[in-house]
Amino acid sequence: MTLLTEPQAPARHRPQVARRKKPLRSRAYKTFRVAALVAVVLFLVAPLFWMLLASFKTNVDIYDAGKSFLFTPTGENYANVLQRNNYFVFIFNSFWVAFVSTALSLILGVPAAYAMSRFTMHRSALVVLMARVIPGVSLLVPWYYVFSNLKMVGGFEVLILSHMFVALPLIVYIMMSYFDSLPLELEESAQVDGLTPIGAFRRITLPLSVAGMATAGILSFIFSWNNFMFALVLSGSKTKTLPVAIFDFVSYASIDWGGLMAAATVVTIPIMIIALFTQKYIVSGMTAGATKG
Amino acid sequence: MSVLTPARTSGRPASAQENFSAWANRHRKWLFAAPAMIFVGVLIIFPLAWTLYLSLTDSQGSVRAASDFVGLENYFTVLTDTERFWPAVGRTLSFTLVALACEIILGMCIALLLWRPFRGEKWVRVAILLPLVATPVAVGMMWRLIFDPNIGFANQLLGLVGIPPQPWLSGQDSALPTTIFMDVWQWTPMVVLILLAGLTSLSEEPDEAARMDGATAVQRFFYVTLPLMMPTVIVAILLRGIDALKTFDILYATKGKGGGSFHEVETLNVYAYGLSFDYNQYGLSSAVLILFFMIIVGSMWLLTMRKKAVSK
Repeated sequence: MTLLTEPQAPARHRPQVARRKKPLRSRAYKTFRVAALVAVVLFLVAPLFWMLLASFKTNVDIYDAGKSFLFTPTGENYANVLQRNNYFVFIFNSFWVAFVSTALSLILGVPAAYAMSRFTMHRSALVVLMARVIPGVSLLVPWYYVFSNLKMVGGFEVLILSHMFVALPLIVYIMMSYFDSLPLELEESAQVDGLTPIGAFRRITLPLSVAGMATAGILSFIFSWNNFMFALVLSGSKTKTLPVAIFDFVSYASIDWGGLMAAATVVTIPIMIIALFTQKYIVSGMTAGATKG
Repeated sequence: MSVLTPARTSGRPASAQENFSAWANRHRKWLFAAPAMIFVGVLIIFPLAWTLYLSLTDSQGSVRAASDFVGLENYFTVLTDTERFWPAVGRTLSFTLVALACEIILGMCIALLLWRPFRGEKWVRVAILLPLVATPVAVGMMWRLIFDPNIGFANQLLGLVGIPPQPWLSGQDSALPTTIFMDVWQWTPMVVLILLAGLTSLSEEPDEAARMDGATAVQRFFYVTLPLMMPTVIVAILLRGIDALKTFDILYATKGKGGGSFHEVETLNVYAYGLSFDYNQYGLSSAVLILFFMIIVGSMWLLTMRKKAVSK
C-alpha cells in the first residue's frame, strides 16, 4: 500500500505531521473503508450505467430479464432520438437558453454581488436570494398571463428571463462569498494610485475574480440546463428544451423505453462532460459560503 | 499617476462625461446593486402580489375571466380540506424531513470516509459529481425504468434473493418512500461536498487534544468534530431543505404524464401545480401557494435562528 511510504515524506504543515504520526489505523478499518467507498461509488454510478445499457437495447431486450447484461447493442434508439425526433434542435434550444441566461445573469449579478459584499447590504441581498425560496409554481400563473398577453410565450426571451430568475440568485450568492474573501487592500492601493472606485473594480477586482465568475457561470449553466418546470409551461413547440422534450417518448398508452433512455442519456451526457472538465469550479460553487459559519 | 482626479487638474470646467463618471462613482453602491434587485423584484413581487390577490377571489377557468372577491373563503376551503390539502402538507413535510435526515446522516458518513486522503480519491469524486449534475427529469425517467413493477431491475434484484416483486412507484404506501430514495440518491452528494468542505476547514488542534487525552474515534466525533461542524450542518440543511420542500421534477417525471396519478406522492407543490394548470382553479391554488410559502419561510426562519444560536 502507498500509505507505507508516507511517514517518510517531508511534512509541510503541522496538521499533516499530526495526521501522519498515527498511520497505525487497524487493518480492519482500512478494509472497511475500501469496502464502504466501493459501495458508495456503486450506489451512485450503477443506476446511470443501467440507463446507458437500456439505451442500447431494443424494446424486446428491455422486457427480457435474461438479457439484462448480455445483449446485442443497437444504435437504433439514438438514431431515432437524434434524427426522427429532431433532438439537435432541442439540444440547441437548451444550450442557447442556458448560455444567454447565464451570460445576462453574470452581467447583472456580479456588480450586484460586489456592492452587496463591499457595503454589507445583507437586507438587499435577501431580496435577490428570496428567489431561491419561492416555489416556482406561484410565479408561473402571473408570468404566464402577462407573457401571453405580450405574445411572448413560446419565444426564447421568456425562457431566458425565467431561467435568469434561477441563475441570478445563485450567481449573487456565490459571488458574494467570493468577494468577501478578496482583500480590500488591493482596491484601496489602486485608488491611491489614481483609479476611481469603479475603475478599481473594473481593472483590479474583476480580473482577480475570473475564477469565481467561472464557478458561478458553470453552476448557473448546469441549473439552467436541468431546469424543467419553467420550460414546461413557458416553452413552445419551437423552443422546447431537452428536459421537456423527453416527455415525447411517454404517452398515456405506452412508453418507448429504449428511446426514452436514449433521450435521457442525450440530455445528461453533455452536462456531465462539462461537469467533469470543470470539477473544481463546481465543488467550490456548491460549497460557497458553507464553511463561514 | 496623480492622486487628484483629472477634472480638477485641468483648469477647464468638467465635461459631461467626467460629471457622469464622478456621479457614478459616488452612487456606485446602488448603481451596481439596483439592476439585479429590480429584475428579481419585478419578477417576484408582482407575481406574489397577484397570487395573494387571486387567493382572495374565485378565479377559475381562465385568468382572464371575470372573478369575484370572496375574502378568505378559499383559505377556509383549503384549511378544512382533509381529503387533499392536509395529506399533501403531511407528504411535503414527511418527504422533506425523511429525505433530509437520510441525506445528512448518509452525507456525514460519506464525508467522514473521504476526509483523510486515500488512493483513488479522484474517481470517488467523479462518482459523487455525476448524480449531482444529472438532469433531474432524466434521473426520474431512469428510476421509473428501474422501479417498473414488470421489467424493472429493482424487482429482478429482489427476485434473486427470493423476495416477491414490489409495486414501488405505483403502490399506495411505497410510492413516497421510493421517491424519497431517488431524492437521496441525487442530492446526498451535495451534502457530502458541503460537509467535506466544512471538515477540511476545521482546525486539527481540538481533535489532537482529545486524542492525547485518550478519546476514541467515536467519542472524538460526537464530542469534538460534530459540535464544531454544526454551523456547516445547518447550512446544508437550509440549502437542501428549501429544495426538498419544493421538489417537483422527479415527482412529475415518475408520476406525471403516463405514470398514473399523483395521489400517492401529491405534495403541496404538485397539488398547487395541478390545481393551476390541470384544473384552472386559480383562486384555490393561490391560497394553497400562499400557505405553502408561509410554511417555507417559517421553517427557514426557525433554522436561521437555530444557526445563529449555534454560531454563538
